[in-house]
Amino acid sequence: MQIIVCLKQVPDTTEVRINPETNTLMREGVASVINPFDMYAIEEALRIKESLGEGEVTVLSMGPPQAEASLREALSMGADKAVLLSDRAFAGADSLATAYTLAAGVAKLGEFGLVICGKQAIDGDTAQVGPSLAEQLDVPHATYVRKVQSLEDNKIVVERMTEDGYEVIELALPALITVLKDINQPRLPSLKGKMRAKKAEIPVWGKEDLDVDEKLCGLAGSPTQVVKIFTPERTRECRLIEGSAEEQAKVLASELKKII
Amino acid sequence: MEYFLTEEQQMIKELAARIADERIKPVAAELDEKGEFPWDLMKVLAESDLFGVWLPEEYGGLGGGVLEQVLVVEELSRACSGVAVSYAASGLGSYPILLFGSEEQKQKYLPDVASGAKLAAFGLTEANAGSDAGAIETTAVLDGDHYVLNGTKQWITNGGEAEIYTVIAMTDKSKGSRGASAFIVEKGTPGFSFGKKEDKMGIRASATRELIFEDCRIPKENLLGREGMGFIVAMRTLDMTRPGIGAQAVGIAQGALDVALAYARERKQFGQPIASFQAVGHMLADMATEIEAARALVYAVARTIDSGAKDFSKESAMAKVFASDVAMRVTTDAVQILGGYGYMKEYPVEKMMRDAKITQIYEGTNQIQRNVISLELIKQAARKR
Repeated sequence: MQIIVCLKQVPDTTEVRINPETNTLMREGVASVINPFDMYAIEEALRIKESLGEGEVTVLSMGPPQAEASLREALSMGADKAVLLSDRAFAGADSLATAYTLAAGVAKLGEFGLVICGKQAIDGDTAQVGPSLAEQLDVPHATYVRKVQSLEDNKIVVERMTEDGYEVIELALPALITVLKDINQPRLPSLKGKMRAKKAEIPVWGKEDLDVDEKLCGLAGSPTQVVKIFTPERTRECRLIEGSAEEQAKVLASELKKII
Repeated sequence: MEYFLTEEQQMIKELAARIADERIKPVAAELDEKGEFPWDLMKVLAESDLFGVWLPEEYGGLGGGVLEQVLVVEELSRACSGVAVSYAASGLGSYPILLFGSEEQKQKYLPDVASGAKLAAFGLTEANAGSDAGAIETTAVLDGDHYVLNGTKQWITNGGEAEIYTVIAMTDKSKGSRGASAFIVEKGTPGFSFGKKEDKMGIRASATRELIFEDCRIPKENLLGREGMGFIVAMRTLDMTRPGIGAQAVGIAQGALDVALAYARERKQFGQPIASFQAVGHMLADMATEIEAARALVYAVARTIDSGAKDFSKESAMAKVFASDVAMRVTTDAVQILGGYGYMKEYPVEKMMRDAKITQIYEGTNQIQRNVISLELIKQAARKR
């Protein structure tokens, strides 16, 4: 069974800089890492493959050429192969255009049993690409998975976190799940894995290689337009109420009434 | 400092450093307190292929040598030398097989050591045979197709946890140290049991136990080399592994300096960070200088061995002596810089000071090392005349 893990390379910092003209992330000069949630996706894929005793884990990423480094890290952890979707036409994609392009990549990879994504990326925080990709692929999906209970006979049973507990969901394969950090502890790379990853060939697929409509890719295919990104200003005033307890209570009550 | 590591050596060092920082550091204090053998961490090291860095590729290793092993031990020791010595002792226990084993013995035992599937241990020391290794009393008597072992080994690192033991025993007492032989003994062999686990001052995560042999019968093909070679096996093995003790010492010292430096920059007295006081600054300067000198010596000796040098007992001893004395001074000063906090278990330096002490003692006390060095000096001078 082919298990496909989608991963995103993200800046390794909480203080990301924004290009004031395009309102997109400025990646230059910021160290990049695999999106932390995607690490759990890679680990889970490897565990499923190990428990099945067969199969292949393919890591797939859409991004600039330097995203290859993240794919190599996934290979060093034990993924079998990696493919990078990279083209100028893919740049500036929102979650819809990203899912569209990833779906074309998955289609080209051929038959698969399971797609695993991290629950969200720590830079965009939308948590949309996973479910959106499932729709594009026309397969069932479960988000916020904290545990895979079983995988057999063309079905997978997972525990999906909700606000007040969890749901047990059975999905027919092929399917897509997005995973939480509760699901496992990602392994470290091995030396043999690192050496193999260093030598591995990572194909780069552009718009010519995929069955895609260019108008639906990248910025052109993104209905989400970022108008402005800014940190909301937080204004806080502190006023000390003076007087006796009774007077203070009276002033406080009248102030609270104004807000309510 | 630029140590001209190859890309592969750099990779090994970085991976070991990552394991040290991400996996070992967070649990080091707990392992120390409980004195629990760190099986989880041994598994992490095994999965990362670090157990095989120094073994040839034909036995499942990565084809490195002493330098690769030293890089791993140093990085792990920065976080916890109890964990590092458990790793290193598997090397100590299997070097005799690599150096003196038959092709069959190597094929049988080394791949499991390289993968980390099995740990190894080395049994030389006895209650009455420490520095005087020639005084061992454990015996091995040939009886048909088997050797029968009797006696007790003491303070064996990885004792009880390891699967593969290389043990030195007397096959002919009348010949003194020339009557010793080396054997491979597998855990689970009838007549082979373990004594009490020692409650130690430092390296408390590591297991230190007695190996007890009571009419323990092992197949005669488990003899390493020939009868009478036991002492040579032991000495050649220790020559290979002493730089590892040096690396352990360098790692402990570096770990202590890191903590002391961070503390000195944060801790304010008289309105300023204590690092700005010359008294503290000069201590930090001496610590850093000594560590760098120790590291350079350890790496240089490791490279000398890996280059195929024949006789390196003196150099190997120098690396161990110098680095372990540095570790003791540096960790003591680290505690001093942290003052009262340094003396408390909430801070990691008191553990490092306890851990450092053993590096001056085991795998040959520093006094014995100095004997080795001075004897070699005299021998070499005599040869020149």
